[in-house]
Amino acid sequence: MLVNRVERGRYLDSVALMRVSRRVEALPGVEAAALLIGTPANKALLRNAGLLGAEGEQATPNDLIIAVRGAKAAQAVESGLQLLVETRQEPAEALPRARSLPGALELLPDANLALVSVPGEFAAYEARNALERGLHVLVFSDNVPLEEEISLKRLARDKGLLLMGPDCGTALIAGTPIAFANAVPRGDIGIVSASGTGLQEVSSLIARLGGGVSHGIGVGGRDLDARIGALGTLAALEALEQDPATSKIVLISKPPSPEAAQRVLERIERSPKPCVVCFLGLRAPGIALTLTEAAERALNRKLAPLAPTRAKKIPGGRVRGLFCGGTLCAEGELIFQAKNLSGHAFVDLGADELTRGRPHPMIEPELRSDHLKRALADAAVDLVLVDVVLGYGAHENPAAVLAKAIGKRKPVIASVTGTEQDPQVWSRQVAILREAGVIVAASNAHAAQLAAALVA
Amino acid sequence: MIAALLAGPVRVVNVGLAGFARDLAANGAAVVQIDWAPPAAGKPELIAALTRLDGKRIDAANRAVIEKILAAQPVLADVRRAGELIAPLDAQRLVLHAGPPIAWKDMCGPLKGAVCGAIVFEGWAADLEAAERLAGSGGVQFAPNHHFGAVGPMTGITTRSMPLLAVENRAFGNRAFCALNEGLGKVMRFGGNDAEVLARLAWLRDEFGPLLGAAARAAPVELKPIIARGLAMGDEMHQRNVACSSLLLRALSPHLARAGEPHALAKAFEFMAGNDQFFLNVAMATGKSILDPARGAADSTLVTAMARNGTEFGIRIAALGDAWFTAPVEMPQGLYFPGFSAADANPDMGDSAILEAVGLGAFAMAAAPAVAGFVGAGGFADAVRATRAMAEICAARNPAWGLPALEFSGTPTGIDVRRVVETGIAPAINTGIAHRRAGVGQVGAGVARAPLACFEKALLAFAAHAR
Repeated sequence: MLVNRVERGRYLDSVALMRVSRRVEALPGVEAAALLIGTPANKALLRNAGLLGAEGEQATPNDLIIAVRGAKAAQAVESGLQLLVETRQEPAEALPRARSLPGALELLPDANLALVSVPGEFAAYEARNALERGLHVLVFSDNVPLEEEISLKRLARDKGLLLMGPDCGTALIAGTPIAFANAVPRGDIGIVSASGTGLQEVSSLIARLGGGVSHGIGVGGRDLDARIGALGTLAALEALEQDPATSKIVLISKPPSPEAAQRVLERIERSPKPCVVCFLGLRAPGIALTLTEAAERALNRKLAPLAPTRAKKIPGGRVRGLFCGGTLCAEGELIFQAKNLSGHAFVDLGADELTRGRPHPMIEPELRSDHLKRALADAAVDLVLVDVVLGYGAHENPAAVLAKAIGKRKPVIASVTGTEQDPQVWSRQVAILREAGVIVAASNAHAAQLAAALVA
Repeated sequence: MIAALLAGPVRVVNVGLAGFARDLAANGAAVVQIDWAPPAAGKPELIAALTRLDGKRIDAANRAVIEKILAAQPVLADVRRAGELIAPLDAQRLVLHAGPPIAWKDMCGPLKGAVCGAIVFEGWAADLEAAERLAGSGGVQFAPNHHFGAVGPMTGITTRSMPLLAVENRAFGNRAFCALNEGLGKVMRFGGNDAEVLARLAWLRDEFGPLLGAAARAAPVELKPIIARGLAMGDEMHQRNVACSSLLLRALSPHLARAGEPHALAKAFEFMAGNDQFFLNVAMATGKSILDPARGAADSTLVTAMARNGTEFGIRIAALGDAWFTAPVEMPQGLYFPGFSAADANPDMGDSAILEAVGLGAFAMAAAPAVAGFVGAGGFADAVRATRAMAEICAARNPAWGLPALEFSGTPTGIDVRRVVETGIAPAINTGIAHRRAGVGQVGAGVARAPLACFEKALLAFAAHAR
């Protein structure tokens, strides 16, 4: 059956009509369909396609022809009329998006920072592009080749730009938390950190001690490697020295190379601002031995232990430390070493070799659960030590995941790195852990010290 | 400079994990998300080439080319017999075609059909069969329009007797040529070659062409302003030329009236008024005249031509002069006239991609919401997105051609081979779709993509050349 309907004096753009034609043709019981304006050329097209009926022949160039052939042609003509007046939903405006840096800069011409979190093999390429365009850069990605790191840090220095990272998980710039950062009030303490979780721990402790942070600049976990020679730390130190919002500077690193550490220590002797240094593993006069101590010294306040718990001593007991934060792991291990305790195992579950191709346990704490269950079932383990890291980017409820994984067979000691203002809320996370029987310490160092005291 | 960052607020381009951008936005920071993909699809040799290039030097060269493009002053100056404008056409049996060079045996159906029609039209063979034998036996020479300063839509066939319009770029003194648009239906540009097609070509040659030429010579028409106004009236100059065709007719009509007899004049007006795409060919010659001065500009990675012959897609870039970088042409995605479907379609064809090369067509999609039906869901937002995507691969915006929907920011102009390869965004091309058999004509319209391989080859050649 062929049906033609002519709408007199109705002009519509041919592209709009072709789109409706396609939809009408897709209807059940339709062999062929076309909506066209009745020009002689269009009528010829319809005739050749076997779609022109007597009514369509009468159409003029000011009329619209709806032509349908098929068992349900009449119905389809009505549907076609409906489709012509159908209004479409506008998609809701989401984040402005682009496909490339030049495209992004068209949308945000005064952008000042590129946050790069692409796979490591491409991170240097993207970071270099951003530096070349005059942007400061935070490279979150890890697995960036060392020589690329050196070359990027030199390029940034030559251009007077700040390069944070690579492998920089955290930064706080002018009050804005970036990547895996905590919600920390603004204050006058500037932090330079060659450790993401180190920066999180210190900035969170400063917040919980009633202080605030001007900026937290992450320089990447390898910055105090001998080959990089603290290029990033020195650049950040200089920036904070000149920053009017900063009156005191805290420098943090994972265990550094002695040469790089020496370079920084010599440099801060000339600093116009008071500096607190915590380079884990570096024992020297005036150096904070733990992240907790660094936060305390920055504020001249003591961190109070959390309410004492009914933990029993386990003399000679063996500790298994299962950490998400590499620096928190190192800090715990160093506290045990300082007390000459041996025979304990500290595992950094966020280490590169364990996270390649998988999410970080801070994002997916389930990844720790298997390790936990094994440790709790292991006769050679008497006490488990863990960290819980909150903040933007981290799992929405890591305490609950942890609580689910533990029984009450063995003591578990935890600390929670984070603040009341964090999306997960520090006190709520502490409460969940306590509910599950976990002993919660005020900081990572406190947790390790408590564990050490229990097994000593 | 670091002090400026620390003074805040941070305004972030987020390259990678979108969650970071959402957190930043929630904390009140201005942020743009880049939907990242590995540069150059992660191909090591391309990344190495991109990394090795001297960015500053190339950027400077590209800026100089953009200045030339923006300084262009194209005018419709003349219409004359092709042999008068391109001397080699009179010297030998030469058939010019669209796209990069191609041998007879490799030509697609419509191109062969148009060649045969042109041979009959020129009287080199008595009928289409004889024409085919002649073409197949080396009796005519083939060459791309682009090798003679010309362009042609779809099959782009140009032979000595056809009238060509000449656009002169007065800023640089160069001229570019294009055949006259034959209208819709069965036409040679879609491979049509029957008596009706040849009769229309004869009328264009004998009556309309000379009339239009007289008018153009009497009052050359400035084309950049017409295009600017057309963009504001919903044309993008490739699939939609309604406004510009009318504006051109308006500009020419008094001079046509002075040059023509009433009967010829009436027929001319009737023809132009009945052909919404009349301006297409004028716009194509305009694009060619604007881009030609950039050919041979040392160190520039900007595209000076994109063209397809129905079999291969070819591009040229400024620094490498007249070299073609080719790859098999792709199928357009489109909408079809009643009675036809994708099964009838010929692959992408024509020199008309010169429009996209100069920043019109798909690059100006945001000007033409009516054309946006060919892309995505077909909404206005799609049209804006299409233009924005093309801006990602272009070196500049053309301030003379503002897009009302984008606060009159200009059409994206100057396709940078580096950016195409890096982003993997292939230039989009608004196009008509020809039937795959000769003589049938147009069966639809849609959007085609330039094959990335052309740009990859050009980049590698540029990198080798730059060493």
